[in-house]
Amino acid sequence: MSSHTLPAPGDTHGHDAHGHHDPNLQHHFVEMAQQFDTAKLGMWLFLATEILMFGGLFVGFGLQQAKFPEAFKAAHHHLDRNMGALNTVVLLISSFTMVLAVWAAQTGRRKVLITNLILTLACAGTFLVVKYFEYSHKIHDGLLPGKFFHYAQGQPNEYIFFSFYFMMTGLHGSHVVLGMGAITWLLIRAIKGDFGPGYYTPVDLVGLFWHLVDLIWIYLFPLLYLIG
Amino acid sequence: MATTSTPVTHHGGQHAPHASYLEDPQYRGLMSWLTTVDHKRIGLMYLWSVLTAFLLGGLFALALRLELLTPKEDFMTAETYNKVFTLHGAVMVFLFIIPAIPAALGNFVLPLMLGAKDVAFPRLNLASYYVYMTGAIMALTAILTGGIDTGWTFYTPYSTTTGGAVTLMTFSVFVLGFSSIFTGINFVATVHKLRAPGMGWFDLPLFVWGTYATAIIQVLATPVLAITLLLLAFERMFQIGIFDAKLGGDPVLFQHFFWFYSHPAVYIMILPGMAIISEIIPPFSKKHIFGYRAIAFSSVAIALISFIVWGHHMFTSGQSQLAAVIFSFLTFLVAIPSGIKVFNWVATMYRGSISLDTPMLYAISFLLLFTIGGLTGIFLGALSVDIHLHDTYFIVAHFHYVMMGGTVIAFLAGVHYWWPKMFGRMYNETWARIGCILVFFGFNITFLNQFAMGAKGMPRRYYSYLDQFQGNHIGSTVGSWVLALGLFIAAGVLLASLRKKYDAPDNPWGARTMEWETQSPPITHNFPNNPVMQHGPYDFDAPAVRRES
Repeated sequence: MSSHTLPAPGDTHGHDAHGHHDPNLQHHFVEMAQQFDTAKLGMWLFLATEILMFGGLFVGFGLQQAKFPEAFKAAHHHLDRNMGALNTVVLLISSFTMVLAVWAAQTGRRKVLITNLILTLACAGTFLVVKYFEYSHKIHDGLLPGKFFHYAQGQPNEYIFFSFYFMMTGLHGSHVVLGMGAITWLLIRAIKGDFGPGYYTPVDLVGLFWHLVDLIWIYLFPLLYLIG
Repeated sequence: MATTSTPVTHHGGQHAPHASYLEDPQYRGLMSWLTTVDHKRIGLMYLWSVLTAFLLGGLFALALRLELLTPKEDFMTAETYNKVFTLHGAVMVFLFIIPAIPAALGNFVLPLMLGAKDVAFPRLNLASYYVYMTGAIMALTAILTGGIDTGWTFYTPYSTTTGGAVTLMTFSVFVLGFSSIFTGINFVATVHKLRAPGMGWFDLPLFVWGTYATAIIQVLATPVLAITLLLLAFERMFQIGIFDAKLGGDPVLFQHFFWFYSHPAVYIMILPGMAIISEIIPPFSKKHIFGYRAIAFSSVAIALISFIVWGHHMFTSGQSQLAAVIFSFLTFLVAIPSGIKVFNWVATMYRGSISLDTPMLYAISFLLLFTIGGLTGIFLGALSVDIHLHDTYFIVAHFHYVMMGGTVIAFLAGVHYWWPKMFGRMYNETWARIGCILVFFGFNITFLNQFAMGAKGMPRRYYSYLDQFQGNHIGSTVGSWVLALGLFIAAGVLLASLRKKYDAPDNPWGARTMEWETQSPPITHNFPNNPVMQHGPYDFDAPAVRRES
């Protein structure tokens, strides 16, 4: 699962000479490579739990859509495809800058790393701003689900679509916010010069998380915006 | 934490005079415990917490049995009764059984068995403890403030419409789920990456295999429960119409989601129990485990099959005939790996040199009780029989034979087995055996009566009943008193041992797994040197070799 093409940190400068004194090596690991592999495995497991958590929503959405196809089709016309497409592009760009950040950390390019982390943060912020406009428009139309729903026209079960829409995008949005927090933390450490070819584990892991956040949106966009 | 290094010692066959993890001068006082990242200390904190939950849940059970002594209302109204059995179920399942073996015993033993200095992510491990405590406090608050009368399954639509603190309770289970996920991730990564040099997958003790399979389920199933409970909480707060049929939602969808987690969760509860039994039977029979690979693979098989049998909880929910038949068939399939294990354990004991110390007595109790629990499970897996027995005391007795007769007895076996390693003291063997025997008989008196009345049609979850069932109910209640007496004796014996000086040898049972190679109780970094695998975990015929690098 956790295949990596670049040499793991620590391999490059024999751990006998330096590895044992590396301040980033925790006491229960023998060498940096082992610590890196373990951390990466842990991250992949965490990503699996995320996929299963969203999986529940996807299954529920699929079943309800099969039950009320007309209502779902009618409801999705309230979504703005252009805004959804814009956000997809924004997130794809942010994934690219994240990849560059990881590469910069691995190769010890501190300035490139800092620049790309800032760019990733900017994309994430843009995503949230666009989402804010989408949300406020729907709330204005009375499409907030549950007891707040007061959109009178349309099909009878349309609000179920919006229940899923807000649950799914809300959960995804909270992951974007969490990801921004993690990237900010990376940025602070990068400015302090913590990362380099010998130690870049946190950048790599946050990168993986960020790609997952991106990937979930790639599925949400057609599922919610393009079903008609 | 990251900067301390293990001192290198050269003491030959002698034990280095290292301080144990319990009284390391570097880590003293309450704060050193509350902020520890040592897997052994976290294991102990978990142990005391789950034992407290066990005591609470047990007291609720005794209260329920006392109310059922007579057919009429005695000291609980119907509403109180509903709340108390929900308390009993929720506390036992979420606060005791699920974390008991992996988080308390597993945390302590697993790294030692691998020859590792700690779990893969020590801080995540500590976080999982605090997340567990947060969830536990939320659950108890929910129960004390509003009371929960939904049962532990939170079925919709009742759970979305009833009063009480159901929302807080579902959030607490959501939070507890995260603690379970953290532990699972930690164990999988530890087993993959932190094995001692020379230790291949088939050199792992079977406890590790069982815990590994459990961890896989925890990681893959718990997230689904998390999203389900999140949706349930939103349904309650905002009526979003996903589960509530009145709003166009699908209440059966909730059942599917719930059991997609909760049936595998049954195996989160039983697999670690089986793992402990696999560990205890060989040293007390002084024989290599029979069918090592069969037991190892059956753990993984149970983990995988457990994901595709959830529908057998829903035979009466209106699912299609075809689905019901398939789920029924798949359910029979789970019996195969479980049966493989039981036969292998018995075969291990065959012609072994058996010593009946307390852990072994519990292990033998487990074999008897779990077999009854497992076989009655096959009755219930059979579609036609289940329709008759659904929601009767037969079900109650069945899952208590599996959960209590299986998991809790195995947990007690494990506590007695590893107690000398954990605390460095031997307990009074005679009284511990008396406790075990009382538990065994008390348990059978309590629940055999429930099988009988269940088959006769006594429905579950009622605070009063027809007079014809009173004989069995009295038997069951008296049995619960014997059971409680046995458990209190066991607790007294173990606690009394803590007042002694350290007297436990490194390896009191003559076992061959790696945790017995270090001193009792172990030093903070587990082993004075990095251990290397030199013989298999059950090689009782090979000469003893010290593992040192």
